[in-house]
Amino acid sequence: MKNTSNLKFIVSILLSALLAYAVGIYGNLPWWSFVVTNFIIAIIITQTPGKSFFAGALGVGLLWLGLAFVIDAQNQHILSVKVATLLPLKGSFVALIAITAIVGFLVGGLASLTGSFVRKS
Amino acid sequence: MRLLPLIASAVITVGLVTVLNTQLPIGATKSPKLGYFLSPQQGFWKNAEKVSAGFDASVVAGELKGNVDVYMDDRLVPHIYADHDEDAYFVQGYLHAKFRLWQMDFQTRVASGRLSEIAGADKLSIDRFFRRLGMVYGAEQTEKYINERNPVMKATVDAYTAGVNAYLKQLAPEDLPFEFKLMNYAPEEWTPKKTYLFLMFMSYDLTGRSATADLQLTNTRDFLGYDLFDKLYTNQQDSLDPIIPKGTAFAKPSITPIKPVGSDIAYLKKQDPNLAANKVSASPEAPDKNNGSNNWAVAGTKTKSGRPILCSDPHLGLNLPSLWYEVQITTPTHSTYGASFPGSPAVIIGFNDSLAWGVTNAGRDVLDYYEIKFKDSTQKEYWYNGAWQATGSRQEVIKVKDSVDVVENIAMTNWGPAMFDAHYQNPQSKGRNLAVKWTGHDASTGVETFYKLNRAKNFDDYLSAISLWKCPGQNFVFASKSGDIAIKQQGSFVARWDHQGDFIMPGEDSTYNWQGIIPNEENPMIKNPERGFVSSANQKSVDPSYPYYLGTAGSFPLYRGISVNKRLRTMNQISPEDMQHLQTDNYNVFAEVARPALMKFIDPSKLSADAQRMVKEMTSWNLYNNGNEKGITVFKLIWDSVENAVWGDELAGSPIPLTKPESFVLLDQMNKDSNFSVADDIRTKGKVETLKEQVNVGVENATKELLLLEKEGKLEWATFKATRVSHLTKIPALSRLNLPIGGGVNIVNATTEAHGPSWRMVVHLTDEIEAYGLYPGGQSGNPGSVYYDTFVDYWAAGKYYRLLFLPKEKLVAHERTKWHIQFKTA
Repeated sequence: MKNTSNLKFIVSILLSALLAYAVGIYGNLPWWSFVVTNFIIAIIITQTPGKSFFAGALGVGLLWLGLAFVIDAQNQHILSVKVATLLPLKGSFVALIAITAIVGFLVGGLASLTGSFVRKS
Repeated sequence: MRLLPLIASAVITVGLVTVLNTQLPIGATKSPKLGYFLSPQQGFWKNAEKVSAGFDASVVAGELKGNVDVYMDDRLVPHIYADHDEDAYFVQGYLHAKFRLWQMDFQTRVASGRLSEIAGADKLSIDRFFRRLGMVYGAEQTEKYINERNPVMKATVDAYTAGVNAYLKQLAPEDLPFEFKLMNYAPEEWTPKKTYLFLMFMSYDLTGRSATADLQLTNTRDFLGYDLFDKLYTNQQDSLDPIIPKGTAFAKPSITPIKPVGSDIAYLKKQDPNLAANKVSASPEAPDKNNGSNNWAVAGTKTKSGRPILCSDPHLGLNLPSLWYEVQITTPTHSTYGASFPGSPAVIIGFNDSLAWGVTNAGRDVLDYYEIKFKDSTQKEYWYNGAWQATGSRQEVIKVKDSVDVVENIAMTNWGPAMFDAHYQNPQSKGRNLAVKWTGHDASTGVETFYKLNRAKNFDDYLSAISLWKCPGQNFVFASKSGDIAIKQQGSFVARWDHQGDFIMPGEDSTYNWQGIIPNEENPMIKNPERGFVSSANQKSVDPSYPYYLGTAGSFPLYRGISVNKRLRTMNQISPEDMQHLQTDNYNVFAEVARPALMKFIDPSKLSADAQRMVKEMTSWNLYNNGNEKGITVFKLIWDSVENAVWGDELAGSPIPLTKPESFVLLDQMNKDSNFSVADDIRTKGKVETLKEQVNVGVENATKELLLLEKEGKLEWATFKATRVSHLTKIPALSRLNLPIGGGVNIVNATTEAHGPSWRMVVHLTDEIEAYGLYPGGQSGNPGSVYYDTFVDYWAAGKYYRLLFLPKEKLVAHERTKWHIQFKTA
């Protein structure tokens, strides 16, 4: 029972990240398209609301963290420092990457949480 | 049971997404849509280019007649090799869009009064100003003219437009330039009209100062009364070293402009006791007074190689992305290299395999105001030559983001659009109805001048190319491999009588109209002069024996020209390196004269200890505006402060800003008349201040400021001046601030706070052309690119790049060639 639950959690994190990435490729789709995919994943893979939230949150949050981190490293912080001065985050690219990840984490988590309640209602 | 959490959770999710998908207000501006902006797959992260990224690419375009090869060098300069001229311009448009798309959009938005559309009501005053000035009207005249009369230029601009649009068509939404994402809007299709609008903007930038200056000068005259005005705003520049050497004989003029009868009273307002102050207003968009430039060419007789060297450095607002974009264009008809304008085809300042050219601003007055009397508020009729005459009308609709459209109804008179009226006024226009007449409104084939210069082979081609040039008037310098050098001031210049158009003119009387445009043959020109060089630095082009009036002295800075000519006269055996040193020279020829003049009046025994110390700092200064000098900061503050002490009282009490007299006026007075009556502070009753007293007051006042600066560690010139290259939005994070560079007003290296040499070029006309150049920016307009500001530090240090100008086979094999973009016809 516990193993299935862990497996479900891990699968939904991966699925969430994968589908969020997939819908993100198409610039014509809105940036929040992963809300829909996370919502559906949470309906299909039943978990407790808490687990659903963290699965969706970690899926998108880690995806955004990873992407931002890699892009920023390859860019040698040229743009992130400018944007972090502009936003304003005192020029800290670390803060900017963190905020990027947090936005993905929160929105992704909430979308999955909402989905999890559909099944249980 | 779970329905409530579902609804709650859904509401929170939707709510958060909505907030992250909304532009939130921060002060007068708005934030980007944060969710979108931060999304690593769609937002700004997509603009963070890999530092190691290459630029190899293959582009298929059905519009092309043949294949085109573009090689990018290590500075990201494209070298375009095309078999057809139109293909070359198609590719130039494509590359401009690829590297400078947002800038192209933004600049034409400014020119056409469409900023409110993306930035909201905050920008409405700028938009209304440009609409009412007739920017769109002028671009329409040019478009119509070229479409009907000039098939070659139409094809050129069309090909360029198609290239921009080919890039746009394949541009994925996630790859939009950074600024579009920041401001949350999307680019539009390019059109030929946008190219003409951009060129209108250049006309405005270089001749539009009159749109503000004429009003302010009128109000200054009204405030002071004509007699005092005439004394303080004299056009007589004793130390002038004109572009055409003094004493050159001019041909008999074909037009003799006649001053209207009664204009002393009706227009100049001499002896008018009823002059009222309070009548003036300046627009906030006045182009920089220092928009100018240096250019010169030295003949083979003065160079080490025996071949001419040509130099050009246009002084403009320093921006990122830069106004300039370097390019080489090679087709079977020509091979040209230089700085181009993103927004326009061809090379604007550059060289080809036969010759080189450069430009400086002529500064001549080509924009006038006429005061209109409308019959009634409908503005359907106005009084002209003793009868009511019908106006035309023009409607300009300004779209405003998050608000309703603003409609400008502009009465069209025979002078031009009635820019100011009851609906549009500012403190300086004060309800007056003012029509604006401007050569910028006339249809112009300016693009063709550059098209032909790009292809010119010799002096005659150069002359024929520039003969088409109308606005903004420019000094075109020229040098060829065959050994000719020349300079000609060219444009549509009004044949003016003395002071015509300095002030607002009466609009009821046709005798105040322009009495003709000076024929091209009578525009100042000099070829292969005995002295072995030609030059210009925005000074008056001619001495007073020239038969036409040029405009007010404020439009013609004196001292850079003196500096350049002084140096060129003595230089011999010149190398390109010497010319680089001259372009970046920081010698202050104004201070050379002004410092001893000041010292004549300074009495150290009457000064405070601090002031004495500052004066010592100034006198021990080496007269170079180098970045690390303190003496120049002291000199500048003392001089400004003395000017304030002398003029401040006369200009005080005006509720609106007035024009300050030119520096040379005070300097000339100091040198010839120490009993200068204007020195008296008219605010102190019963006491007459002498110039000596005023200078010492000035020194003490300056010392107070200087001590503060000293405390903050800002006495060194570069620190004090704090030169910056600003992003077009002025956002500091996207700009380069506090650059370590000297120079300044009156200096050959004319770098001020936000203004200066925007493209430095030195061309040695040897068999294989040896050229150097750079601009303070980078080839990529993307703030996320390593090529965004590549040249800025090098530029600040006064260094140059050797420009690669080679035939295809040699360029392909060159070690500095890095990437290849292939354009294939479908």
